[in-house]
Amino acid sequence: MDTTKVMDWDKVRGSTRRMRISSQLTFVLPAAVLLLLVLVAIFAPLLAPYPPTKIAMTERLLPPVFVEGGSTAHPLGTDLIGRDVLSRVIYGARVSLSVSLLVILITASIGTVLGIIAGYLGGRTDAFLMRVTDISLAFPGILIAILLAVILGPGYWTVVLAISILGWAPYARLIRGEALKLREADFVAQARIIGTSPARIMVRHIFPNIINPLIVMATLSVGFVILTEAALSYLGAGIPPPIPSWGNMVSDGRNLIDSAWWISFFPGLAIGLVVLSGNFLGDWIRDKLDPRLRQV
Amino acid sequence: MSKIILQVEDLRTFFFTRKGVVKAVDGVSFYVREGETFGIVGESGCGKTVTGLSILRLLPEPAGRIVGGKIIFNGTNLLELSKKEMREYRGRMIAMILQDPMTSLNPVYTIGDQIAESVRLHQGLRDEMVEKEVISALRLLKIPSPEILLEDYPFQLSGGMRQRVVGAIAMSCYPRLLIADEPTTALDATIQAQYIALFKEIQKKTNVAIIYITHDFGVIANMCHRVGVMYAGKILETAMTKELFKAPKHPYTSALINSVPRLDRKDDRLYSIEGQPPSLMNLPPGCRFSPRCSMAQAVCSEQEPPEVEISDGHSVSCWGMK
Amino acid sequence: MEGRDLKKYYPVTKGLLQRTVGWVRAVDGVSFTIERGKTLSLVGESGAGKTTTAKAVLLLEQLTSGSILFEGKDLQQFSQLQLKTEYRPRVGAVQQNPWSSMNPRMRVRDIIAEPLVVNTKQSKQQIRSRVLELLQQVELSPEHAECYPHEFSGGQRQRIAVARALALRPSLVVLDEPVSALDVSIRAQIMNLLKDLQGKHNLSYLVIAHNLATVRYMSHSVAIMYLGQIVEYGEAEGLFERPLHPYTRALISASLLAVPEGNGQEIKQIILSGEMPSPLNPPSGCRFHPRCTEAMDMCSKVVPEIRVVGRQWVKCHHYD
Repeated sequence: MDTTKVMDWDKVRGSTRRMRISSQLTFVLPAAVLLLLVLVAIFAPLLAPYPPTKIAMTERLLPPVFVEGGSTAHPLGTDLIGRDVLSRVIYGARVSLSVSLLVILITASIGTVLGIIAGYLGGRTDAFLMRVTDISLAFPGILIAILLAVILGPGYWTVVLAISILGWAPYARLIRGEALKLREADFVAQARIIGTSPARIMVRHIFPNIINPLIVMATLSVGFVILTEAALSYLGAGIPPPIPSWGNMVSDGRNLIDSAWWISFFPGLAIGLVVLSGNFLGDWIRDKLDPRLRQV
Repeated sequence: MSKIILQVEDLRTFFFTRKGVVKAVDGVSFYVREGETFGIVGESGCGKTVTGLSILRLLPEPAGRIVGGKIIFNGTNLLELSKKEMREYRGRMIAMILQDPMTSLNPVYTIGDQIAESVRLHQGLRDEMVEKEVISALRLLKIPSPEILLEDYPFQLSGGMRQRVVGAIAMSCYPRLLIADEPTTALDATIQAQYIALFKEIQKKTNVAIIYITHDFGVIANMCHRVGVMYAGKILETAMTKELFKAPKHPYTSALINSVPRLDRKDDRLYSIEGQPPSLMNLPPGCRFSPRCSMAQAVCSEQEPPEVEISDGHSVSCWGMK
Repeated sequence: MEGRDLKKYYPVTKGLLQRTVGWVRAVDGVSFTIERGKTLSLVGESGAGKTTTAKAVLLLEQLTSGSILFEGKDLQQFSQLQLKTEYRPRVGAVQQNPWSSMNPRMRVRDIIAEPLVVNTKQSKQQIRSRVLELLQQVELSPEHAECYPHEFSGGQRQRIAVARALALRPSLVVLDEPVSALDVSIRAQIMNLLKDLQGKHNLSYLVIAHNLATVRYMSHSVAIMYLGQIVEYGEAEGLFERPLHPYTRALISASLLAVPEGNGQEIKQIILSGEMPSPLNPPSGCRFHPRCTEAMDMCSKVVPEIRVVGRQWVKCHHYD
């Protein structure tokens, strides 16, 4: 638009209103989707029409209701041994989302603590911790996960442990960078002048100011964790049957993609929704937090 | 008297943000003659930088827009030009120097390249001629051994030297108007003195008109022929510099001058102005300075005072001027 | 407080083995005294060493040599514990940048209370009332205690910084360019406040500044620093009325009086050539000689000694 003419007030006010609405949408939509899925996971027993492990050989491989041959009794179809796909997707939400939450909590906590200590204290502590981080990043993660599954036997906690081992290092790196920046901040120097102990500085001054990038990273990791869980299940090192997780459902249906596509499709769709929502939300949070906070 | 090269009439520049409209410049008028320095003095947030950017139409879009007024440069209203036409003026006829020498220069290009870019853009010369022009621009800014400096990168230079390079880029096409936005605020006192003396010489040599934006009265006293005092988006008083210091008419001007400590005598107590500058989104009714003015009357908080010319070249916007 | 021949050198290393190839002489033999209830200003341009000196006083930097005496006692005699309990609480600090000197995530009351929380065992109640008392002293109201720093203007933030500096009832406050980041009309407010507090609580101030007019208004004594050394030192009034060192005169001239021919006083314009050299390789003899408009032959060869003239002392061969 040319800035030559005297501006029409209403036109200008209209465009800022549009800016505001589109920004709100990028938050509301993904947040709503995630919230919905969390609620589904919590209220699974109330929502699922069938128990997820109920086998019904007479009703195996039924297509979803909108395809010819499907019925409203099984809106999303059934799998190879007659288990209702919809119920399994609903219960699968429990597993997949809870694994994500746990993993994010564990990795974020470990990564943050190590990152702050390394970044603030510097010197040999920093060097040592960073070498440990480098080692963790260098390991072929999936291999470790499979190894763990072999040693400990596949199971819920094995999966949590395996993905956590993969996941803490990026947090440590990120938080260490932020802590390094903050170490030079004036208010940290001020805290030192007053005689504050390093521990108190790290807790009271450094940590509250790294929450923002932490939240962004955590939100963006949701996708990573879910996909990793799916990959592990695909490789047989994930959540063992008969407990449904989106990952192992996709894996189960992989040989039947051309005939009974719905077995892999719907859990895959759920995974895609979570990943997209997590990414959008994470981006929105990052945009919202950063420039605002730098303003006076 | 030399001719008027820039005439700004009732300029209004607003910023449209999610929280409201910021009336950064709200009806500003002044003029500058050839070979003269016009100072715009005011505190942070008063709109002086935005005024400078508006003249060059370098506002951050889409938030910042010029919504009214005229900017007449050499007979042409800059606000009526297309973007392409405006680009012809920027750098060649009107140049600008910004405050921070650290960020005004691109760290990955040599000094020679950066000045050459400006020369090539505006003068369309052959390569051999370009280098000559670059060196003569550096010489104008009294930079020692310019041939050697061509190959240097910005990080190799000190702050004062960088500001000179920035000045060289600005002057390389011999503009008719130079807008300098606090160019010496980040420099040491002795370097600042060098810089100002240098620009006075350059002005004599090239007859360039300068708009000098600053908050420092000392610089105004030393550098500017005429001054405009800005507050919350408006110019409250305009006068010849000597006149302004000898007999300031607006309460803000005299309060400001009195609140600055003096080096030539010991002050017992500085005058301090109560309160703070108003938010540009929520301006008080009437005169913008009235909430803090020690001489405010009833009318001051009701209506904005008109600009009145008291004597030759000295005008004030204040109800107290009756 | 007394500083005796303070020196701070930073090593410059090169190569894989980090051999020391040179020294940055940031502070090179600085001595001063600060009396109770009085203000000493360290004045100089960037690179002169004034910030490093202030950091040494605040124990943020360790001196290479020299000693700092506080209330007669040498700091090196203090144990770590004594430093924490007897020195740190007696010395407060106000930094230059009011936007970054406070944790944006903490409320004002916690910011001001922090020195008390870290150093004393007072109850919450006692701390709370002290915070309110301090807010009152800096002319802020009790409601402000619940707010966050970004809700305040620059001037108000400096007031909060001053309140924090005074929390432990220090006898000395180090102020690093306390008003240079503030608007012109706010500076007077803060400077007046600082002077009032000085009178009320008999505070000593060590002020780092580069603006001479501010220095003149606030100081009792002044030290002019150049390239790590003090070149002129004395009572503020004497120094500004009769500056002795050529650098001092150049600084005064450069500070540009805002009175064009108003006083009938014509200040001779002294424009220095070049810039302050790096402290890595200071010039021989008198460090100022390459830029000095009055340099003589011996200035490049012999280091000037301290000469006392009236109530000032100066390091310049013109006074031998």
